[in-house]
Amino acid sequence: MKRPRNGIALSRADKAFDVLDYILLTIAFLLVAYPLYFVVIASVSDPIAVYEGRVIIWPIKPTLEGYARIFSYESLFIGYKNTLLYTLIGTAINVVMTITAGYALSRKELVGRNVMMMGVMFTMIFSGGMIPNYLLVRSLGLYNTMWALILPGAVSTWNLIVCRTFFQQTIPDELREAAELDGCGDTGFFLRVVLPLSSSIIAVMVLFYAVSHWNSYYNALIYLSSTSKYPLQLVLRNILIVNTLDDMVNDVATQAAQQRMGDLIKYGMIIVSSLPLLVLYPFLQKYFVQGVMIGAIKG
Amino acid sequence: MQLSAKTLRQGKWHMRKKMIRQHWPLYLFLLPTVVYFLLFRFYPLYGLQLAFKNYRVVDGIAGSPWVGLDNFRRFFSTADFGKLMWNTLGVSVFTLIFTFPLPIILALLLNQLPSLRYKKLVQTTVYAPHFISTVVMVGMIFLFTSPSSGLINKIIEGFGGKAIHFTAEPGWFVPMYVISEIWQSTGWGSILYLAALAGVSPELHEAALVDGANKFQRVWHIDIPGILPTIVIMMILNAGKIMNVGFEKAYLMQTSLNIRASEIIATYVYKRGVLKSQISFATAVGLFESVVNMILVLIVNWISRSVTDSSLF
Repeated sequence: MKRPRNGIALSRADKAFDVLDYILLTIAFLLVAYPLYFVVIASVSDPIAVYEGRVIIWPIKPTLEGYARIFSYESLFIGYKNTLLYTLIGTAINVVMTITAGYALSRKELVGRNVMMMGVMFTMIFSGGMIPNYLLVRSLGLYNTMWALILPGAVSTWNLIVCRTFFQQTIPDELREAAELDGCGDTGFFLRVVLPLSSSIIAVMVLFYAVSHWNSYYNALIYLSSTSKYPLQLVLRNILIVNTLDDMVNDVATQAAQQRMGDLIKYGMIIVSSLPLLVLYPFLQKYFVQGVMIGAIKG
Repeated sequence: MQLSAKTLRQGKWHMRKKMIRQHWPLYLFLLPTVVYFLLFRFYPLYGLQLAFKNYRVVDGIAGSPWVGLDNFRRFFSTADFGKLMWNTLGVSVFTLIFTFPLPIILALLLNQLPSLRYKKLVQTTVYAPHFISTVVMVGMIFLFTSPSSGLINKIIEGFGGKAIHFTAEPGWFVPMYVISEIWQSTGWGSILYLAALAGVSPELHEAALVDGANKFQRVWHIDIPGILPTIVIMMILNAGKIMNVGFEKAYLMQTSLNIRASEIIATYVYKRGVLKSQISFATAVGLFESVVNMILVLIVNWISRSVTDSSLF
């Protein structure tokens, strides 16, 4: 046995490794956590202190003025309401279509299964692109309706493949054969046996689709023209990036003060818009991770 | 007795019909998705013919006159072409080089961490930025890099440097794009590798321990070879995206001052096609991008199949 002889040298090398491991991961942790934390403290600090770079660890002269101005900004509520609506309806359609189609594609009895899978895979490597899709949405009369944000992305190819893989791996053929002998048809089997066994994949799909609806702005940018239909992300874009703050800072005297107040509002906006996800995420983390892993099996 | 080919074929069709009748609900399940794919994924391919036409709204897609390769010729001969290619490739190649290895290193470090509680804390934190929307991400970039009040410039000034107007300088576009990409995606990207590491046999580690291998040696000789297949697959997937720089972030990060570096093919297509209604021209540019992308995926897939035996299709 070599071990005892090298014991000391070994543990020293291992200890050095562990120390380095802790240091590197702590750096990674701080690099990710600090910007997020800074947004929080900057959103409740005196804007002058933020402007002068004095807000580093704790909020300085705590104030809720930024939030007060945010909550009196009507467009934000309209955006929030629209996004909630689009997310609810969109996710419901996404999940029902993806789960049923994914299940059907997982069944060996399906005639034409290979052709359909090839078609699905083809859309992953080649697509019509922005302009043909834009013309299609216009010619279908979906332009400037909420359906333009929901129907063009009704099924995600990747999620469809993830679902199919899940069903192939978790629903054994024997189970269906047994159910068939008991006189259970395909619909009954799907509703009474498959769905109850699939709560994890349904949760994964709901989360993946809901997050992408919540965060998306691309379809809204291209397909919506009236501001009353804008989702949250487009409202945010106007404030954070295009910098249209007029209503919220008009009463502030000087331009410099307006800019500082604008920054305060922006930090608060980031919190208000990301809060639902960031609060829910730690509890749902396990489902997200699960979803990535089911996808990986196929990859 | 030999069955004739015709009877066989008839038998096959008969079987299929029977199978469809027996399992008809499955086709009902599929119907909405098939309609969706035909309408929103395949029908736009028909619209691609506009790349070779001169689109006129009154004539529609089918009725507009053919112009051959005129749109492509126009695109290749504009001064924009070289710049767009350069910008698009620059953003994607740098993103790929810097964002690819980091999740692997992060996963290796997390996997060897002795404290499970600390591991969990780090994981939960580094995954979080994945859920931040592109709009908020770019909003954060603008706030942090603001020349008058941004945190990053406060740090630079704290070290005695001069504030940099990051969003106004074309040279800073790619670094800002890549760094924010690293910040947002490294944690999430490590999940796959952590899953692969969980599959590395513990017996290998035990045997190496008996032979007196230290942790670094075990990571190098056991962990890394163990996840090599995953690394290769991820490399193929990523290489296929080389020309495919996302529209969303680049478009938001554009300012009138950095446009020289930040105009990429996708944003150009949007401006020409959607904003300026040069439908045929923009379709041609988009088609060019799609074709280059597809060829890249197929090449990388082919190389990987002949070199490593693992491929996507």
